[in-house]
Amino acid sequence: MIAEIGLVLLWLAAALAMLQLLSGAWSLTGKDGTDELRAETAGMVRPVAVMQGVLAALSFAMLAWLFVRTDLSVLLVALNSHSDKPFIFKLAGTWGNHEGSMLLWATVMGLAGALVALVERRLPEKTIVATLAAQAFVSLGFYAFLLFSSNPFERISPVPADGNGLNPLLQDIGLAFHPPTLYFGYVGLSVAFSFAVGALITREVGPAFARAMRPWVLGAWIFLTVGITAGSYWAYYELGWGGWWFWDPVENASLMPWLAATALLHSAGVLAARDALRTWTIMLGVVAFSMSMVGTFLVRSGILTSVHAFAVDPERGSFILVLLAIYIGGALTLFGLRAATVTEGKQFAAVSREASLVFNNVALTAILAIVLLGTLYPLVTEAFGTRVSIGPPYFNPMGAVFALPMMVVMAIGPLLRWRDDRFGRVGRALILPGLATIAVLVATLVLAPGIGVLPLLGLALAVGLAIASVIPLFGRNLRRTPLPIWGMVVSHLGLAVAVGGMASESAFSTERLVAAQVGDTVTVGPWSIELAAVEPVAGPNWTALQADMQASYEGGAPTQMLPQSRTFTSPPQTTSESALHTRWNGQLYTVIGELGEDGRWQLRLWWKPFVPLIWLGGLLVALGGALALVGRIISGWRRQYQARRIAMRREERPVGDLR
Amino acid sequence: MSAPDTAKRPSRWAIWLPLGLFALLCALVAWGLANPGSTEVESRMIGQPLPAIELPQAVEENPGVTLAGARESGPRLLNIWASWCVPCIVEAPVLEELKARGVAIDGVAIRDKSEDIEMFLQRNGNPYRGIARDDVSAVQMAIGSSGVPETFVIDADGIIRYQHIGPIMERDIAQIMARLKDAEEPA
Repeated sequence: MIAEIGLVLLWLAAALAMLQLLSGAWSLTGKDGTDELRAETAGMVRPVAVMQGVLAALSFAMLAWLFVRTDLSVLLVALNSHSDKPFIFKLAGTWGNHEGSMLLWATVMGLAGALVALVERRLPEKTIVATLAAQAFVSLGFYAFLLFSSNPFERISPVPADGNGLNPLLQDIGLAFHPPTLYFGYVGLSVAFSFAVGALITREVGPAFARAMRPWVLGAWIFLTVGITAGSYWAYYELGWGGWWFWDPVENASLMPWLAATALLHSAGVLAARDALRTWTIMLGVVAFSMSMVGTFLVRSGILTSVHAFAVDPERGSFILVLLAIYIGGALTLFGLRAATVTEGKQFAAVSREASLVFNNVALTAILAIVLLGTLYPLVTEAFGTRVSIGPPYFNPMGAVFALPMMVVMAIGPLLRWRDDRFGRVGRALILPGLATIAVLVATLVLAPGIGVLPLLGLALAVGLAIASVIPLFGRNLRRTPLPIWGMVVSHLGLAVAVGGMASESAFSTERLVAAQVGDTVTVGPWSIELAAVEPVAGPNWTALQADMQASYEGGAPTQMLPQSRTFTSPPQTTSESALHTRWNGQLYTVIGELGEDGRWQLRLWWKPFVPLIWLGGLLVALGGALALVGRIISGWRRQYQARRIAMRREERPVGDLR
Repeated sequence: MSAPDTAKRPSRWAIWLPLGLFALLCALVAWGLANPGSTEVESRMIGQPLPAIELPQAVEENPGVTLAGARESGPRLLNIWASWCVPCIVEAPVLEELKARGVAIDGVAIRDKSEDIEMFLQRNGNPYRGIARDDVSAVQMAIGSSGVPETFVIDADGIIRYQHIGPIMERDIAQIMARLKDAEEPA
């Protein structure tokens, strides 16, 4: 019964989305205020949007319930769950598969639309109606996808004895929350997209539009940042390869929307504050969402091979491609038709905060183009008959060409004034970060002469940027500094920290691949590690061989490390569970591999100085975003509250026309 | 991209550029979808004899499977499956139908337990002539099969003639029967 109720709720939600689209679109065809029926229809859009969100959420709750109960008569549950699984992984199974994750997407999108309908009062009603209609249009595609090609509530007969289990690589608490985090980000960008479309249709591209859109972009960006950071850490400790970023198509698929969202966030800031960069902001709104669709497409369609290959199905790929073509093609056509009517807005000088933001926008867009090209390149060459794959040798230097100058501008930009400024005014503030950069450059060249160019520059610029990023706080009353300023400082500092970690990892890591007998001692970097024992252990749905390693740092007291080679029973698969030990100055990373014929164990050991800074930095970036978001929401409320009080006073003593 | 700080209005050309690029992207990935040949893994063993691997008998009810050596009276199917595999449940009734049409089906259960296999056969029927157990995926490795279920058409001389990846569905029966017929002629 639960499955059938869920399906009915899903159909109802889809029907409401259709109603939302049609009533919104129809109400916009008439001229303002000339038609009462149209005005009434427009009034219907908000409540319908709220209801659609609620129904979608209930439908998702039904699916989650089925997974928690492990109802094996539902095909999706049988394929992806197992009665022996711990509760949290049963729940995570709901979205750990294609159908469930699409339902989650539609649900979050519905809820986001509902939230827009409930709280957004700053824009003209017409623009909101157009925005919600656009949002419904996007949602409809996903509902159609669910209902016609990937019904999550499909039954199976006969009922199997037990389920298939979730892919063991995915049975990890971090990963249980990784895809939903990214989805929240993607959906936030879909709201920004809808706002852009709504503003284009009703010709409302201005500061008010930017202010309404900004919290959504910011929210999406926070989730994407956390998602990418967590995903990178997951790949780092779960795959057991010791790397933290592989330029894998799926990783790139999450990075590209982030780059676009970062650019969008900054250009929306310029639009909100200075009414400049109108077309550019709209364009980025469309690009950011298309990148999240392209990302989903690349992951699902399987046209590129990747470590995430478990999600592949070409038929679904075509469906997403059609959706992509309709949405993005449609939006870009609308953009082409309308952009000529949008003026560029206010002008600014070459040395100004706007100009530095434009520079970084262009740099971010260029990096985005590089990543996109690199990701699709194997496909391009395949079209011409050869199969190639490009990796870090392409991405790292090409990305750095734009990323490193961007860091320099990031250090200067926040110190500049809007509209027009001189370098002379901010020169003094930059002496300290400049000196620090040079000092690190020289010190690194002296102490580690063999260092690569990129890690060297990365390290030096990271230190410079870290200092420069806190300068905007100098001379301010810290208590009265607005939260968005704090957010900017923390985010920029976070980026510097992350880049520092990346540079240190790539410059100073040491790796050992050894075969060792029980009782042997091996060294890696400053560590000496004794393989004390290898013993079998068992978990709820796996068994493992666990190595007991006694690791001691520069002859200090030993720390126990317990890496495992795990064998899962349902479905059968072996994974290696690395064991990590974190010190203030880095991380020791150990993996146990196969047993050789001579009775020696394959061990892989890494010492990675300052590597945790990468993820710490990522989290700081997200924290900065969260601070800014809270600040923006509070000031938005305040403004609305004041506007309402002014309106109330006017109502008390009406003066002429109320509008 | 237009330089937003100089142009009052972006040029017409720049405005349509994104749509053009996007169309190009769509064309490229559509081509990628239409030519999925590279993602299909086909066994290089087609036209090769089955490897001689000794496998234990899986259940009391059915005899074991002799992979290579003995000459048979006609072509047969070699079905790679497992009791823990859900698509195999979908496939089971179709295998029954093939059996009813007189096809000899040998099963190899991958990484499985005899109790589980018996349970599976009780629930979903037993279309097999013989069933062997392959606890280390040795057969899979040897004949280049990438997953379960997979089915191979083997001719009387023990030569692999055709590989079917994924469960055999109702719609695949005609194809399988045709391939079995082909396999009656020596390669």
